[in-house]
Amino acid sequence: MPVMAGIVSYGSYVPYRRLKRSAIAAVLGTPAGKGERAIASFDEDSVSMAVEAVRDALKAAPPGNVQALIFATTTPPYAEKLNAAVIGAAALLPAEIRASDMTGSVRAGLSALLQGADAIGGGAKRALVAIGDCRLAAPEGKAEQTTGDGAVAFVLGAEGVIAEIEASASLTREFLDSWRAQGERFSHSWEERFTLTQAHSPLLGAVIKNVLAKAKIAPGDLSKVILDAPNVRAADEIARALKIDPAKFSDSFALTVGQTGAAHAGLMLAAALPSAKPGDRILVATVADGADAILLRVTPANAGFKPVHSVGRMIESKGDVSYASYLKWREILPTEPPRRPDPDRPAGPPMMRSEKWKFGFIGSRCTNCGTPQLPPQLVCVKCHQRGKMEPYGFADRTAKIATYAIDRLAYSLNPPTVNVVLDFAGGGRFLCEMTDCEPDKVAIGDEVEMTFRRLFTAAGVNNYFWKARPKR
Amino acid sequence: MASRGIKDRVAIIGMGCTKFGEHWDKGTEDLLVDAAYQAYESAGVEPKDVDAYWLGTMGSGISGLTLSEPLKIQYKPVTRVENMCATGSEALRQACYAVASGAFDVAMAIGVEKLKDSGYSGLVINNPPNDGTQGSMTAPASFSLLAPAYFKKYGLDPDKGKDVLTRIAWKNHKNGAKNPKAQFQKEVSLEAIKNSPKIADPLGIMDCSGVSDGSAAAIVVRAEDAHKYCKNPIYIKALSFIAGPAEGPLSPEYDFTTFTEVVASAKDAYAQAGITNPREQISMAEVHDCFTPTELVLYEDFGFSPRGTAWQDVLDGFFDLEGKLPVNPDGGLKSFGHPIGASGLRMMYEMWLQLRGEAGPRQIKNPKVGLTHNLGGAPGRCVSFVSVVGSQVG
Repeated sequence: MPVMAGIVSYGSYVPYRRLKRSAIAAVLGTPAGKGERAIASFDEDSVSMAVEAVRDALKAAPPGNVQALIFATTTPPYAEKLNAAVIGAAALLPAEIRASDMTGSVRAGLSALLQGADAIGGGAKRALVAIGDCRLAAPEGKAEQTTGDGAVAFVLGAEGVIAEIEASASLTREFLDSWRAQGERFSHSWEERFTLTQAHSPLLGAVIKNVLAKAKIAPGDLSKVILDAPNVRAADEIARALKIDPAKFSDSFALTVGQTGAAHAGLMLAAALPSAKPGDRILVATVADGADAILLRVTPANAGFKPVHSVGRMIESKGDVSYASYLKWREILPTEPPRRPDPDRPAGPPMMRSEKWKFGFIGSRCTNCGTPQLPPQLVCVKCHQRGKMEPYGFADRTAKIATYAIDRLAYSLNPPTVNVVLDFAGGGRFLCEMTDCEPDKVAIGDEVEMTFRRLFTAAGVNNYFWKARPKR
Repeated sequence: MASRGIKDRVAIIGMGCTKFGEHWDKGTEDLLVDAAYQAYESAGVEPKDVDAYWLGTMGSGISGLTLSEPLKIQYKPVTRVENMCATGSEALRQACYAVASGAFDVAMAIGVEKLKDSGYSGLVINNPPNDGTQGSMTAPASFSLLAPAYFKKYGLDPDKGKDVLTRIAWKNHKNGAKNPKAQFQKEVSLEAIKNSPKIADPLGIMDCSGVSDGSAAAIVVRAEDAHKYCKNPIYIKALSFIAGPAEGPLSPEYDFTTFTEVVASAKDAYAQAGITNPREQISMAEVHDCFTPTELVLYEDFGFSPRGTAWQDVLDGFFDLEGKLPVNPDGGLKSFGHPIGASGLRMMYEMWLQLRGEAGPRQIKNPKVGLTHNLGGAPGRCVSFVSVVGSQVG
């Protein structure tokens, strides 16, 4: 009897900023689309967003048992260098893990989930699947309107499962649908009628039939269908062809988030799980150069699992971004460089020495006087004893603003830069940047939480570190 | 173990100071040679009479060669020093200790900075390779942290607080308008200061010191030799320098309404000089007005005003040129800009003029004891220098 793998916990992340489709239209003079899409901030990328989702997922499932890590994205920040390694460091995963990046297609998300399940089948205690995407599309195109940014993470295992993977099916076909060559920033896509009628609908139909056949169930046995297809009409066609009640199809967040690439099927699944009942069967399917379908069966343990941030809460926690800022953030609109030197490239040896601090936000606590301090110190700031420090994590602690500065001189893709002096609950003082905030609303005493960000990229090195943000 | 100081053991016998400003037509060498020769002439000595040199510069050159090469100093020790914004004062401190020790008879402290050649706005500091976690706050943002903290602690309405900061800048420009060596020699209206474009809220551009080039120099000897060179030397009463433990960014006890390093160095300097009531005993002060909230907090750190009351003294004109305790009578960093290595010695140059009655339209009536001060770094994490000088021994 093979091990039955399933989801043990999950976390999701939708970035704070929203771009109204009408705001695009107002600038470009194009017809105004409805709703809005989620926009990763200027200091976020697919990896940093995945870290945020992973942090939530790991709250209910300690990282110590994770033996495999798979990061899936179509927008890897590093073309060469393991992006998953950044996530592993930020999530404080043990070094003894197998880790890989999966990319090249929006199907990478479900592929990663299936590979994680395979790892459990192969004997791994836990597998962590992190999926993040920061979709980039050319101005005036349809994809600029329909795509969105976001991330999701799943911890998979064989025990303590809230939704078990009952069956899966995959199809792969060479097909010219969406593509982007090495060095290109924006994707191309083939004409819609062709891809809908010749690829998306038939491939999804076939893969769903296959997975239902494997599980020996009928379409009517499904409680929920999560269909991630570039064209919303694919869902209608599947519903008609398989005689599935359209009400069983999950909202695809077209009006609130947009299609979040490799992360999207997972994000929809994370949104569906909280209300699922024991025994419910959830079908998840996505299409691109073929199709993947996963059939999940919800267990009684699901009732006891509460996501740290639900997808709904993440969607409601938002602030607008102007189209002009978005274009600057993505460097689609080139801007005059500041009359300041370029930021220094972070150096390899110091980054290696401070890995736990830089990526994991681990400070220190004096075992002599008990004072938490960050960054980690050699000599205690309070009792001045040397060598009494133990590691002490700050990433999950909230803090209050002691004072702040609004820096209009510092170069930023999103001026002004807000700097805050933080006093952490339980002790510890730190000065850092604050993000996802409205500068004129920052006040002494405000409560904030920490978030993992990409401060800048210099000489090809992505400089990841932590910032404060208002509580979400 | 104690900080004993060298009260009245060293005298300044000559000084020089270039005009501060945008010297597009002068390089570091020109500025150094100008200031050094002004100092030689002021002291009535030849280059060969100076036994050792301390050169302060943060980024306009490395090693003593930066000075020995343009001046053609003939095989003598030249030490380049750096201590952030206290660099020029640090050069003076080292030169004073060198003659006090008896190792040399005549020493020169000279500071220079050529900031306008970089093409960048503001200061540029080259950091050692690092892990990228240090952040990159600009100087005005770092010092702007003081303003909301001070306003909140003392219940000052932010609008009124802004008026206080504005008046500090106004006062310094008013003084600078009387100074032919200042970068800006014009009075600026309160409205223009208050409404200047925001740099780091609540600071506008007119709350910030300028960016300029300049150089200043002093020649020091042991006090007993001073009258061989000069009939009215000025005497070193105290020199204090402190590099803080940088605990402010780490410790919630630090509230951003004080510079603990300044408090400590002021205490040390006052002990060396025998000052017990600075508000009464200090005739004038040149303090590090890099940004207006800095000067506000410094009044209290130096004991010029009791805690929480400096803003009232500002509004009352206590620190004006005609006030009870004039601060930055030469116009300060606000009027001079801040060529890092030169600023500390430029402040001492004003003491030199004032104590000798040579300050012209800025002359303070009969000053006896003056204080100069620099700080480098940021609130909670800085170095601080304080000197006390006087016109008389004793």
